[in-house]
Amino acid sequence: MAATAPAMTRPETCLLRPGNTNCGGCGMSTGLTMLGRALEAANDSCTLVIPACCGVVTAGAYPTTSYGVPVIAATFASAAAVASGVASIRDLNGEPGQVICWAGDGGTYDIGLATLSAAAERNENLIYICYDNEIYGNTGGQRSSATPAGARTATTPFGKTEGKKDIMSIMTAHRIPYAATMSIAHPDDVARKINTALSIRGFRFLLMHSPCPTGWKSEPEDSIELVRIAVASGMFPVYEVYNGASYRINVKPDGTDPADYFERQRRFRDEEIDLDVTRRVCAERMRRLEIMAEQFPHVAD
Amino acid sequence: MSFEVITGNHAAGYALSTAGEANRTGRGVACGIYPITPQTEIVEYVAKFPFSKGRVVPVESEHSAMAVSMGASISGARAFTASSANGLAYMAENIMVAGYYRLPIVMVAVNRTLGPPWNIWADQGDTLALRDFAWLQFYCETNQEVLDTTLLAFRLAEDRRILLPAMICMDAFIVSHTQTETDLPDQADVDKFLPDLDLPHRMHFDEARTFGGLAWPHEGLASRLEIDEAMRRVPEVYNECHAAFEETFGRDPGAAVQTFDTYDADVILVASGTMATTAREVVRQRRAAGEKVGLVKIKLYRPFPAEKLRAVCESATRVAVLDRNYAAGSGGIFWQDTQAAFQGHRDDLLIQNYLTGLCGGDVTPQVIDEILADIEQRSAAGEPVWMGVDAGEED
Repeated sequence: MAATAPAMTRPETCLLRPGNTNCGGCGMSTGLTMLGRALEAANDSCTLVIPACCGVVTAGAYPTTSYGVPVIAATFASAAAVASGVASIRDLNGEPGQVICWAGDGGTYDIGLATLSAAAERNENLIYICYDNEIYGNTGGQRSSATPAGARTATTPFGKTEGKKDIMSIMTAHRIPYAATMSIAHPDDVARKINTALSIRGFRFLLMHSPCPTGWKSEPEDSIELVRIAVASGMFPVYEVYNGASYRINVKPDGTDPADYFERQRRFRDEEIDLDVTRRVCAERMRRLEIMAEQFPHVAD
Repeated sequence: MSFEVITGNHAAGYALSTAGEANRTGRGVACGIYPITPQTEIVEYVAKFPFSKGRVVPVESEHSAMAVSMGASISGARAFTASSANGLAYMAENIMVAGYYRLPIVMVAVNRTLGPPWNIWADQGDTLALRDFAWLQFYCETNQEVLDTTLLAFRLAEDRRILLPAMICMDAFIVSHTQTETDLPDQADVDKFLPDLDLPHRMHFDEARTFGGLAWPHEGLASRLEIDEAMRRVPEVYNECHAAFEETFGRDPGAAVQTFDTYDADVILVASGTMATTAREVVRQRRAAGEKVGLVKIKLYRPFPAEKLRAVCESATRVAVLDRNYAAGSGGIFWQDTQAAFQGHRDDLLIQNYLTGLCGGDVTPQVIDEILADIEQRSAAGEPVWMGVDAGEED
């Protein structure tokens, strides 16, 4: 066995460079790689605006950076507002490229929600991607309003008693041109959705379910499998909404039971998870989405 | 150039807008705006201005107003905003970041009492609470000074030797809503005075640099040291901008530290903003009566002009510092800086603090008379003196 690692073949210009210090099994890292590939395939470029979250720590310490694209670190609540300024000047100068907010669930569902809502309401010409790991990961794993019921976190030591906030309903209520959920277990769907977002003008919101082995107390190699179960069981619906009006479900749940999802994450262990309630909630949510997709279908592009 | 009778807010709006318009041949202008009494007319003026290459973004909070302006500034555009009181407090996090990002954003701040108790009148406590955030701060006395200092501040802030944001402060209503005759410069002259912004550390869409990542202690320290060096260059660069302003507009925009009859004064009043107008009138009366009284008006508060203040107070044995602000538990803020300026230089000097005009109270000639009477009978300085505390009882 060779004593040295094989030379990296990925170019320095890739969005997330080799050598970053992200955790093994980090969904956000996979998401960044997918974003980079989608941009490359579309021959597009981007500037990332990142609020306080693991994504900004990813850059590493000055004067190095793990990002192969320009990055602006914004204050926790400000990503969508800073990006509004950046996108305004880009458009005034007729410059190419996307302005993309890359934010965690804390910066999206919680502290950044007013800023996000305002930018969406103004229909700013930018893409907002929330990598949702359902926890304040960077600060050591505290609950956010994206944390699901029953999950133990540093600030819900006996399990969270409230359910996960439905951020997609909030965003689609702004009637933005495009809103979609994505799972890294379905990379083709992710690539298509990013590509769709790249082709649309105005405010585009993408929600990506992002496994976090550190916060979820799961095995790194289980990351993709966990979010696959979340989609297959209907816990994380994969769908898209155009103009807040027309719906399309992209990956239909196949009846997979969610039990395994809870079993394989120690954040749910030792707490009473009522699987019957989970199954009912998932089924009702999927039914509602199915009705929307039937009644207000998005006609294929 | 034209003379118009306008408010301080109108003067500020005019200066911000024409400065933004002047960058139309550069990367343009963008700003986030949000209303709060008594500065609202400033952002309304900006919203109506027909920018050739600009965008005014009406946001949902002061915090986001500064964030939009930061995004524009990082992108190399000219950027500004305006706010007041609790709006500034809400914006505070991003105000600090703009300073540490070395973004030459100009903000007009109308000094209003921080609530509670709620009150819309003048008090400098709002902007002084932000004094340590790597911003230049100017306290203006008249509409004309607001207009001129705002224009000057863009040139100063954008100078490569400085690259720090600047806050232009004026007293609520006394300046912001009072109409006076004001000389409005032509756009062509503003264009001449403010060349296109060329921000050396701006973000480029094709350069993979991370703006504001993590830094180890020695790198963080280096960035603070650079700010300190820039701050130390401000008096000199201000004077250059001052001279260029006079040459372009044919008008004196007002020195960083302004004196009135200080040359042989025994007692000197140190004041800022509109308190200086009243104090100057009292000094004039006292001089007519043969008393050796003088006034120092501090316009440039950050960086604090310690050296200049020492020089102009050379003849004085007593200095009365008037503060329209109160740092809870420690007295007036101009007083603290004044004391620090003289420490080890003039330990014989009697420096007494007078807290006056707080929460919108009037600083009348009678108040200044009381201050002079108090300091003249003193053999030593004491605790800060609260002026006007019996005003309610007298009514």
